[in-house]
Amino acid sequence: MSANGKLLDVQHVTVEFHIGGLVGGSLLVAVNDISFSLESDKPEILTLAGESGSGKTTLSRLLLADLVPTRGKVFFEGRDLAKIHKRSEFKEFIKKVQPVFQNPFETFNPLRRIDAYLFDTAMNFGMAPNHRDAAQIVDESLRNVGLSLEEVSRRYPHELSGGQIQRVSVARALISQPKLILADEPVSMVDASLRMEIVNLFRKLRDEQKVSVIYITHDLATAYYISDRIGIMLRGYIVESGPVDDVLNRPFHPYTKLLIESVPEPAPKDREAWARHISLGTTEVKEYGRVGCKFAGRCPQVMDICRQVDPPDVQIERRMVKCYLYTEHAGQASPEK
Amino acid sequence: MALLSVQDICAYYRTEIYGISRTVRAVDGVTFDLLPNEIYGVAGESSCGKTTLIKVISGNIKHPLKAMSGSVNCNFGDYKVDMLKVSQDELRRNIRWKEISYVMQGSMSVLNPVRKIIKTFEDIVDTHEPITDKKKFLEEATAHVNRLGLPTEILNSYPHQLSGGMRQRVAIALATLFQPRLILADEPTTALDVVVQRGVLQMLKDIQSMSSNTVLLVTHDMAVHANVANRVMIMYAGRIAEEAPTESIFNAPLHPYTQHLIRSLPMIGERSNKASLKGTPPNLANPPSGCRFHTRCPYVMDVCRTDVPDLVQVKERHRVACFLVKEASL
Repeated sequence: MSANGKLLDVQHVTVEFHIGGLVGGSLLVAVNDISFSLESDKPEILTLAGESGSGKTTLSRLLLADLVPTRGKVFFEGRDLAKIHKRSEFKEFIKKVQPVFQNPFETFNPLRRIDAYLFDTAMNFGMAPNHRDAAQIVDESLRNVGLSLEEVSRRYPHELSGGQIQRVSVARALISQPKLILADEPVSMVDASLRMEIVNLFRKLRDEQKVSVIYITHDLATAYYISDRIGIMLRGYIVESGPVDDVLNRPFHPYTKLLIESVPEPAPKDREAWARHISLGTTEVKEYGRVGCKFAGRCPQVMDICRQVDPPDVQIERRMVKCYLYTEHAGQASPEK
Repeated sequence: MALLSVQDICAYYRTEIYGISRTVRAVDGVTFDLLPNEIYGVAGESSCGKTTLIKVISGNIKHPLKAMSGSVNCNFGDYKVDMLKVSQDELRRNIRWKEISYVMQGSMSVLNPVRKIIKTFEDIVDTHEPITDKKKFLEEATAHVNRLGLPTEILNSYPHQLSGGMRQRVAIALATLFQPRLILADEPTTALDVVVQRGVLQMLKDIQSMSSNTVLLVTHDMAVHANVANRVMIMYAGRIAEEAPTESIFNAPLHPYTQHLIRSLPMIGERSNKASLKGTPPNLANPPSGCRFHTRCPYVMDVCRTDVPDLVQVKERHRVACFLVKEASL
């Protein structure tokens, strides 16, 4: 356990990618000065939401120690991830932080039986001395997700449905008894009638197994349904973060407002409002290269300053907003608008 | 008068490997009409036959897919044709792109990565109406793109230079070049984010109201149907479970499957417990007997296990295939 009681502590991380040729080329800042943390004694579900190309996946690679930040530091239980070099150290770390990926059919090799992965994980992490003991551990973690070893043993990935196989990949992640699960778009490939069972599973893990979950998604409706806190990402920045009820019910940042307004409501009552025209971002690279606020080109309440200098983080009540509308530059715009 | 009338089509995938034959009954007895000037939504889980249905309607039937029975009667003004009987040559010359066009899922794979967008436009136009005056073609293409609210620069871009949403809109622009009467859109926004999805669907809706044509919109996302479609058909395991105007589907669903689909949708601002259906979608190579939903239905009765429920008209424009619902009940 770390000294400051934090499970995960992300401090001002920035990741830059060089794109283009050796000579010219430009710098793409995929993750820009992001900080957040998770407490170790309070399991919670944190959602990171945003469009594609907002830096969600880069951030998740950072948290899995797959990528070293250009600037800033990531600490897991007080340990700097950039200082993990040895294989044994990495193994110890990854035992506590387990990923669940987007497409369950791509996660598993179609020619390999699914239970082989579960046994491999159990043996590799030294959870069991032999195959027979491993079976017990595997069965236990499968029962946590509503399956059993009997149901999946000797089966190939194509013999299971999308929902089942995604539950197997959650069960696999649970074998090493992690403290944190990093789920990157875990339900976007799963059918509607099975989607909620995966989402409910994360809730259960938090409440019963005391596992924290970082849920990366662009689906705000399921995010609202399960998470405690949310961070809205835009072009490498977290533009708004705070308790999910505050942020999604009463958004402050113009981008969050646009995002929430764009979620089609599953009821045919406000069709006109949804059909109101919006301006879309031109191309990703253009917005990444923008000086000042990345949303300035699309923002309905844009001011001159937004195009010149990066907006500061403003703390309002329990949340953080990165927008000039809530600073002394605000002019006539009121925060409650 | 229906623009397109689908009569009892059965389309199966038939494969035979080393003497073992396998039949996947992807579309099994589907009947419905598409009316002029409407957006008709088709919803259902993956592998319920949505894409196969589109393939049959667009006359794109290739081995191992086989249309076993039924007809797809199109009524393009003076030009009437059965899509299942028409020759490939005629299909290419008179129907594809001119009367029926197809917006495919995953626009990134639709556009040729090594040709500029304008060249793709040229290829398509040239196939259907040989270009004689290049300058005029350029003007028309520019006008078409501008009319749809896309910037002119995209014509001189390569696909990789455009964002996903822009590429999908280019795919829609291509599909509407000849003002077709029917646009088949197969999951046009599935890979896109909510904001971009909204932009793309707005464009599709604008085109529809501008030229009063018909759009068949296939997506598994019920929320999209709620906001875009006029009528919605719910498919389950190759058959129609329910078909009704959008308001009825969402406010008074009758089929247990539809009811579950609507109830399980998460919404911002509401956090009541949402459950999933037990069981898994059936394997269409070996579908359940009777009503195909009976293995997962919470209200299953004995009759459901043996008999196939007919699709009955319960109200004006509202059809349901379920033994729980009787014609007399409404």
